[in-house]
Amino acid sequence: MILSGHRLAIGYKDHVVGRGLDIALATGEVLALLGPNGGGKTTLLKTLLGLLAPKAGEVRLGDRSLAGYASRERARLIAYVPQSHAATFAFTVETVVLMGRTAHGSLFSRPSAGDAAIAARALERFGIAHLRERPYTEISGGERQLALLARAIAQEPQFVVLDEPTASLDFGNQGRVLREIRALAASGHGVLFTTHDPNHAMHAADRAYLLRAGALVGEGAVHTILEREQLEALYGAPVQCIADRDGGPGAFLPG
Amino acid sequence: MVRSRSSAPGLLAAFAVLVAGLLVAFTVGRYPVSLGELFHVIVAKLGGSAAGVPPAVQSVIWEVRGPRVVAAALIGAALAIAGTAFQGLFRNPLVSPDILGASSGAALGAVLGIYFSLGVFAIQGLAFAGGLAAVAAVYLIGSAVRARDPVLVLVLTGVVIGALLGAGVGLIKYLADPYNQLPAMTFWLLGSLAAVSVFDLVPLLAPVALGTLVLVALRWRMNVMSLPEEEARALGVPTGALRIAIIAAATLVTSASVATAGIIGWVGLVVPHIARTLVGPDFARLIPAAALLGAGFLLAIDTLARTAAPVEIPLGILTAFLGTPFFIWLLASVSKTWSAS
Repeated sequence: MILSGHRLAIGYKDHVVGRGLDIALATGEVLALLGPNGGGKTTLLKTLLGLLAPKAGEVRLGDRSLAGYASRERARLIAYVPQSHAATFAFTVETVVLMGRTAHGSLFSRPSAGDAAIAARALERFGIAHLRERPYTEISGGERQLALLARAIAQEPQFVVLDEPTASLDFGNQGRVLREIRALAASGHGVLFTTHDPNHAMHAADRAYLLRAGALVGEGAVHTILEREQLEALYGAPVQCIADRDGGPGAFLPG
Repeated sequence: MVRSRSSAPGLLAAFAVLVAGLLVAFTVGRYPVSLGELFHVIVAKLGGSAAGVPPAVQSVIWEVRGPRVVAAALIGAALAIAGTAFQGLFRNPLVSPDILGASSGAALGAVLGIYFSLGVFAIQGLAFAGGLAAVAAVYLIGSAVRARDPVLVLVLTGVVIGALLGAGVGLIKYLADPYNQLPAMTFWLLGSLAAVSVFDLVPLLAPVALGTLVLVALRWRMNVMSLPEEEARALGVPTGALRIAIIAAATLVTSASVATAGIIGWVGLVVPHIARTLVGPDFARLIPAAALLGAGFLLAIDTLARTAAPVEIPLGILTAFLGTPFFIWLLASVSKTWSAS
């Protein structure tokens, strides 16, 4: 299955953020969205999720326009992992994950025992089954991000879209989340994520999509597109590249 | 059904509050009834036999206190359920049914009815129409102003419209006949169940039952609706339509209460909060817990209102005296308390 945008103009009510964007994501691959602040990453993300209507052009999911999907139908195909946040109400971690099952039930239904089993498997998969009964408001930021990933998996989607999944996580949890992103692609999901760190794109993504001031400045396999000159052009700032002694993959440093 | 194991004690405690409220409301008063007498009268009624107690006691229980007890329990439950729904919908534990102008709209409708010397049913109908019209106005203005945070805009619009409606109430009180109309308006606006009769119960019960049914049916979707708007939509919830349904149901329940007993503040703010600390934020448990607690709470307050002084104390005054310190405590301990479950 393919999730794609064609000649998209993206933005809010009276303010266009980007134009002429073509983007495509297939199941089983990871696409990283990189670019400076205000460049339109989140806007493009929300447009592909169907949360914002495109100003022009079309988002397609499979062989249909995304606009033609009912919200429940769409939610069974695309899951959204927002930046982890403190919730208002202290739902248990299990309840938060069960919310991923909402689109599989009817308007008046509660999650069934089958839904609970799916939620339990999702909690197991991300190693947070022991947090089941804990209030979501009292676990750490890294644990919250894993709970939101578990919720996305409980949705049983084809695509998982993550907004800065590594932001505000400690170093260990960043690696944890990046490994889970790779695992999602390995289990057949199409994954799209935004990040401020080109190293994270290099580490977890197959392809990168570089967005500056609402325009595409480069797209391709991470190893070919994520070069020092490209990144300096993308961010308008100097970038250093540190290479491994035995010629392995390098890493980028700002400055 | 998925249910957390820890909810039973909380629901049981809420149920105990209701039972205690019922016992106090039936037995305490100018004509005291003992618990034994109450027990005999109820058993006799259920069994269809004659109770071995004086007819005066039976009359006090069934005719004098009965309708008032039922009304207090229904209105307490209704205001608590409406508050629970609004707090979840606006993702803010500090909002209450007054937030969308429901109470002030109903109040304006009722004082208009009193001003034009209309009958009881017309006054109730106007209060009801006023509540719904105020919420519709708030909702339409709120959604016409497109903003990043539609909920905040809605709440602020509710505050502004509420202030305008309050000015309207003030104007009509100013114009009213100070000897006949003004006391009636003042009495009604402060909230009282003194005049409730059996005939008031059906127009109260029907809308409260209907609104509650809608909210209970939507209990899982209300959990999801308490997430940020975009998250709820990404989980497959049609947030726009559901928000209208939840607001309409909660307003229906509020207006029916205001039309029967005037403005009784604070119940819709305080009770959902206590219920949340008892059973957690899941609406499947929160709605019944809030209903039980709200009913028991208003029964206790109403008993106090009719027994604490030689004349009846208005309910709105009593709930404000209790609610204000609670609200200040709530603000002071804000982050800690509402996340406890």
